[in-house]
Amino acid sequence: MKPVLQAVRVRKRFGDHQALDGVDLSVEEGEVVVVIGPSGSGKSTLVRCLHQLTPIDGGAMYLDGELLGHAVHRGHLRPLSEAAITKQRRRMGMVFQQFHLFPHWTVLRNLTEAPVRVHGVAPAAARDRALALLERVGLGERANAYPRQLSGGQQQRVAIARALATDPRIMFFDEPTSALDPELVDEVLAVMRDLARSGMTMVVVTHEMAFAREVADRCVFMDRGRIVETGPPAQIFGAPRSPRLRAFLSRFTGPSEVPLDA
Amino acid sequence: MTTVDIASARPRLRPGRWLTGIVLALVVLRIAWFLVDNPRFEWSVVGEYLFDPNVLKGLGMSLLLTVLGMTLGSLLGVVLAAGQLSDFAPVRWASTGYVGLFRGIPPLVQLIFWYNLAYLAPTIAGWDTNDLITPLTAAIIGLSLHEAAYMAEIVRAGILAVDPGQRDAAKAMGFGAAQTFTRVVLPQAMRVIIPPTGSQFISLLKGTSLVSVIAMADLLHSVQVIYNVTYKVVPMLLVACVWYLVVVTVLSLGQQRLERHFGQGHQL
Ligand SMILES: Nc1ncnc2c1ncn2[C@@H]1O[C@H](COP(=O)(O)OP(=O)(O)O)[C@@H](O)[C@H]1O
Ligand SMILES: [Mg+2]
Repeated sequence: MKPVLQAVRVRKRFGDHQALDGVDLSVEEGEVVVVIGPSGSGKSTLVRCLHQLTPIDGGAMYLDGELLGHAVHRGHLRPLSEAAITKQRRRMGMVFQQFHLFPHWTVLRNLTEAPVRVHGVAPAAARDRALALLERVGLGERANAYPRQLSGGQQQRVAIARALATDPRIMFFDEPTSALDPELVDEVLAVMRDLARSGMTMVVVTHEMAFAREVADRCVFMDRGRIVETGPPAQIFGAPRSPRLRAFLSRFTGPSEVPLDA
Repeated sequence: MTTVDIASARPRLRPGRWLTGIVLALVVLRIAWFLVDNPRFEWSVVGEYLFDPNVLKGLGMSLLLTVLGMTLGSLLGVVLAAGQLSDFAPVRWASTGYVGLFRGIPPLVQLIFWYNLAYLAPTIAGWDTNDLITPLTAAIIGLSLHEAAYMAEIVRAGILAVDPGQRDAAKAMGFGAAQTFTRVVLPQAMRVIIPPTGSQFISLLKGTSLVSVIAMADLLHSVQVIYNVTYKVVPMLLVACVWYLVVVTVLSLGQQRLERHFGQGHQL
């Protein structure tokens, strides 16, 4: 099967810091890939690069087989225009740690503006779809509220619905529950679990290990800009091979629960 | 132990506030009495000339120049602000250079320069400069270009005040650069842009009095023409002041409405 998203030896440098040091990643249709790793290991950089919010320095990325960000023009590989990159980006969705809802628009308008202005959906159709999505994330009654009037968990659920409103091929989540009060985490994870079950292709950066174990088809462990280990959650959590992954996991579960002999 | 409930407490005694209030009231009364009692203000003359056709014409000219200068200046200012924040260095340099130049030169000098442009450039693109540069066009160009430099700085500060995450989110939703700017960044920047813009509007209104040096009849000039003949200097200046205050008051009300509009969603 052809992967929805493929990254080949992707590299990204900030000054003299190599944030991504040759990342290979391939995501199949309907697959849920969970990315874990210590702070500063390049997880955010990876999803931002995949979504083309940050340009990469080397390697290549493909969405449904189409090279992202560059194209051959007059015999040479050249960067695409910002407009062409925007067009590619429209096939992907992104959920940020800090929600980043548009505070000057109502919840409903947060969901309808991009479909109407960018994808040319009729306003009435966009509205119906938005209300259905809000219903799906359990916020059907808050359509006319402004984002600041909602709790963090509600805002993040709106942000997920907003990303869904443009029917993306793949969704990226960058620590979607890390900015939330602990009691609000579950409502967001529930929405994501529902989304994963519905067959959405997802790349999720998270520190919610229980969620990763339960929902991931595949787990990816990043450290120092590289993918150190990848495999099904049972293997990553049950039988981690690399010492760095074991050390990382021990911070969550306590050393005694992690087998050291694997 | 006795039960205490602070709900039954009396207001705190604040003698200092009483004293301040009384002093302020006395000062206001004294000033009001000075204005009413002093015959040299000649309020009857003020009333007589308040709606004088020449005064109204001058007022109209001042308003026209203010509105045009502000509109053109704001549009150019937004472009310059975007230019100052561009990631293309030559555009950034040009915009920053413009702002530095036009903020640094007194507007009076700019007006005189544009008015006398024919001296330096007798023709512009085949047109006779003297046909293009009338006192009116010189005033509009001079005030707009001056205003643009100030508005550029105000708009730039407003744009920088918007959370960079908003730009990310707009891009992530598939908005292009122009839509990201006009639909997401600028409306949020408006909250920061409007208050200083109100002050700019007011100083431009008063600044239009400069155009009298290039033979334009603004509000202040029109009352000067009258008192040069009648020698009623004080009441004629009061006529101008009354109109300036009326316009500024109306403007402040409009500003409040705009602030409320662009504050939507931010109250909490
Ligand atoms: N815009 C940037 N400019 C400079 N350095 C950056 C930038 N973004 C990320 N970095 C650096 O790249 C490294 C990886 O960051 P990040 O991808 O945010 O890690 P993670 O999300 O895994 O915590 C960090 O050392 C961070 O300081
Ligand atoms: Mg991160």
